Amino acid sequence: MAEVSTSIVAPARNYVDIATLWVRAAWAYPGSFLMMAFGSLLITALDFVGIWAMFASIDSLGGFGLREIALLYGATGVGIGLADTMIGSVERIGVYVRTGRLDQMLTRPVPLMVQVCADQFTLRRLGRITQAGIVFGWAATYVDWTPSRIVVAVVMVASSTVIFFAMFTGFSCIQFWTTDASEFANAFTYGGNTLTQYPLSIFPREIMVGLTFVVPIAFVNWYPCLYLLGREDPFGLPQWLQFCSPVAAVASLAGALLIWRTGVRHYTSTGS
Amino acid sequence: MSLIEVRDLTRTFAVRRRSGRLRRSPSVVSAVHDLSFTIESGEMVGYIGPNGAGKSTTIKMLTGILVPTSGEIRVAGLAPSARRTDLARRIGVVFGQRTTLWWDLPLRDSFELLQKIYRVPHDRFRRNLDEFLELLDLGRLLDTPVRQLSLGQRMRGDIAAALLHDPDILYLDEPTIGLDVISKGRLREFLRRLNAERGTTLLLTTHDLQDIEALCHRVIVIDHGTAIFDGALGDLHGQGGSTRTLVVDLVDTAPAIEVPGAVVRKVEGPRQWLSFPAGASAAPIVAAVAASYDVADLSIQEPAIEDVIRDLYSATGSF
Repeated sequence: MAEVSTSIVAPARNYVDIATLWVRAAWAYPGSFLMMAFGSLLITALDFVGIWAMFASIDSLGGFGLREIALLYGATGVGIGLADTMIGSVERIGVYVRTGRLDQMLTRPVPLMVQVCADQFTLRRLGRITQAGIVFGWAATYVDWTPSRIVVAVVMVASSTVIFFAMFTGFSCIQFWTTDASEFANAFTYGGNTLTQYPLSIFPREIMVGLTFVVPIAFVNWYPCLYLLGREDPFGLPQWLQFCSPVAAVASLAGALLIWRTGVRHYTSTGS
Repeated sequence: MSLIEVRDLTRTFAVRRRSGRLRRSPSVVSAVHDLSFTIESGEMVGYIGPNGAGKSTTIKMLTGILVPTSGEIRVAGLAPSARRTDLARRIGVVFGQRTTLWWDLPLRDSFELLQKIYRVPHDRFRRNLDEFLELLDLGRLLDTPVRQLSLGQRMRGDIAAALLHDPDILYLDEPTIGLDVISKGRLREFLRRLNAERGTTLLLTTHDLQDIEALCHRVIVIDHGTAIFDGALGDLHGQGGSTRTLVVDLVDTAPAIEVPGAVVRKVEGPRQWLSFPAGASAAPIVAAVAASYDVADLSIQEPAIEDVIRDLYSATGSF
C-alpha cells in the first residue's frame, strides 16, 4: 500500500510543480492572462445565449425545459473545462514527436504522461469553467435536492472530468502513429461536449446507444442528470445506469492509459 | 563492471520504399549493426561518424528512448529502456540542436524546476548552481527567458541544466554546433574541468574534430552502424593510408632528396616536403636526411584528423 501511495504522490507532486511554474510564467503578463480568461468567458457566455434565444420560440426540446437543459449544459461544460485544463499539451503530442521534445521528456525521471499533461499548463479555460459553473448553479435552483442527489451531482462532475480527460488522452494517442491527427481527438471531445449540451432524447436511438456503450459520453451528464431531475429514462433504459458514471469514468480512464502505454511503446520501438 | 556496456547491439527500422508508381514495398534497414563497446567510469569518449552512421540511434538506445532490436546494453548496471526513469537520475543529456530548457521561462525557473524533478537536496543544488553559473558565466542571464538567449548562452544553460543533479554520465550530441571559436574554447575547458574534478564520464558525438582533439583520449568511429575504429586518438593516425610529413629546410636549394622510407611530395626553393607512413618512426628518416644533406631546420606535421577519418570511411566504402 505504501508503494502504491508513493507511486501516485511523487508524480502528482511533479505535476503540481511543473504546472505551478507555467502559471507563474503566465502571471508574468497579468494583463494578457486576464484578457485571455475574460475572452474565453465571453465566447462561452455567448454560446449559452444561443440556447437561451432558441427557447424564446419553443417551450421544450426533446421534452426538456430550459432549466433542465441548462443543467445538462453546465455539467458537461464544467467537466470538459476541468479536463481540458488538466491535459495541458496532450493534444499536441504529435508536435512533440516531430520536434524531438518527446525524446527530451523521455530522459527525465518523471512519468511521460505527467510531463506532457503539465507542460504548458494554463488556466485559460478558467473563463469557460466559470461560465459553465454559473449556468449549472442557476439550473441547480430548479433541482429538488436530496442528500443522494448531492452525492450524484458531485460524483457526476468528477466522473465527467475523468471521462473527458480519458477522451483527450486516448484519442490523442493516435498521433503516435500519425503525427498530424490532432483534430481526431477533438471530434470526440468537443464533439461529445456539443452533443451532450442537449438532451439525448432529441437524437435517434442509435446515437444514444453509441454514446452509452461505445464512447461513454452520455455518462458525463445525461444519466446522472436524469436522476437529479427525477426523470424516467426517455429510452426506457433501467435506472441503475444513472449511477454508473464513475464506472464509465474508471473504464474509459483504464482504456486511455492502455492506449497511451501502447502508443509510447510504439514510439520507443520505432523512434518516429 | 564497466559503466557502459554495449554488446552485439542491433537496431533495425522498417521503412517503406517506393517501388512503383503507387506501390510501396516494406524493407528493413539496420541503423546499428552488431555494435559492441564498453566505457569505463571517468572516460571522455568521442563518438564520431558521418551523418546517418547510427550515432543518434546509439545515443537514443543508451538513454532508453529507443528499444534495441537485439543485443544488450547496461548503463550503470541498468537496462536503459526497461529502467528509463531510474536511469534518468544518473545521466545528463544535451542535444546541441534543440534546447531541453523551457523556452518561455527564465533560466532560473528552469533550474529550480529541475531541482524539484530530480529531487536535488537544497544545499547541493545551491553549490552546483553557484559553481556552474560562475564557470559558464551565466549569472547575469538567470532572469532572461530562454528564447532570448543567444545560441552559445543557451548551450551553456543547457549544459548547466543537465548537470544540476550530478549525473555519472553526460551525453553531448553536437555540443559546439553553431558556436563561435571563443564559446567553443570555453565550453571545452568547462567539460575538461568537469571530467577532471567530478569524474563525470563524457560521451560526445560531434562533427567538429577539434572537440575530439581537445577533449577525448579515446574515439569510437562508427560507420554503417558498426564501429570501424575504437581506440586512442593517437592510434587513429596509424589507421588507413594516412601519412605524416617531414618538412626539411636545406641550407641551399638542391634536387629532390632521396632517402629510404620517404617520398618527396613538393620542392619549393630550399624547402622540401617528404611524406612517410603515419605508422612508421620518423627517427631513421631524419637521421638519413641529416647524414646526406646540409639541413637548416626540420619539422614534422601530423596528418589532419579529418583526413585520417576520410581515409577510414573510404576504406569501408562510404562517401
